[in-house]
Amino acid sequence: MKINITKFIIFSFIIFSLIVFWRGLKINQNYDTKNLIGSRIGNFQLSEINSDEQYISEENLKKNKYTLINFFASWCAPCRTEHKFLLNLSNTNKEIEIVGINFKDKKINANNFLNELGNPYNFVGKDIDGKISILFGIYGIPESILINNELIVIKKIIGPIDQIQFNEILKLIQ
Amino acid sequence: MNLKIFFSIIYFLFLGPLYSSEEKIKLLEIYKNLRCLVCQGQSIADSNSDFAATIKLVVQDQVNEGKTKNEIYTFLISKYGEWIVYQPTFSKSNLLLWIMPYFIFIVGGLIIFMIIRKSKRNKAN
Repeated sequence: MKINITKFIIFSFIIFSLIVFWRGLKINQNYDTKNLIGSRIGNFQLSEINSDEQYISEENLKKNKYTLINFFASWCAPCRTEHKFLLNLSNTNKEIEIVGINFKDKKINANNFLNELGNPYNFVGKDIDGKISILFGIYGIPESILINNELIVIKKIIGPIDQIQFNEILKLIQ
Repeated sequence: MNLKIFFSIIYFLFLGPLYSSEEKIKLLEIYKNLRCLVCQGQSIADSNSDFAATIKLVVQDQVNEGKTKNEIYTFLISKYGEWIVYQPTFSKSNLLLWIMPYFIFIVGGLIIFMIIRKSKRNKAN
């Protein structure tokens, strides 16, 4: 009888371990920060790229129905590919304001980038040392965050915005 | 007056660096417990990536503001999820992770105890 208890414990342990491993295999191992969806963006103050006197904070964003916060840089090649979608969004939609945050870039290069490709942003801020990006849970650029007027993150796009992401943004703001 | 200058020099020469090295140790401890999200198996302490450099700046700022280690970890977890820290926090979702070693230890001990007792009985018989 006692040996049966031992066998039972060993058997239960093997079954338990198999369940843990099986469930572990089903977990998505690709890291992303999409868990930020539903959370509120924190306090921040963002200076304008060409002037330290002009800045926006979360109070300004509360006035917009939707805001798309886009991290970009002139040295970032994927930022060029997503730029046409940002321009399209800015030209066709009045429901959304786009805030660009220029990440670890030189002012002159950022301005040249916007002059060359067009400026889709209602406000262009600067994040010279990258500290602001941490407040938004950014770990690579381009990344974009769609927030509502309560500053709740409703979508996070890691990587460049493509046609699919563009359509999803339109769907969310309509 | 001369005494004041003497003590000031002593402070800056010996106690100043001592304080900063304590700060450095604290910073290093925090960096070592933070995962570099864009690297292959490296901590923030080991990595020279752009992301690691930014995280180091933010941690330094928060340490200077007088925030505790746990406050810094909580802030970073709120931005990047629990994956950013190597040492997981105690929560409902990872309760099993914390309890399992003790569970295995107790159950394993119980099995060994039963096997020994059985073999002793067999010998006695």
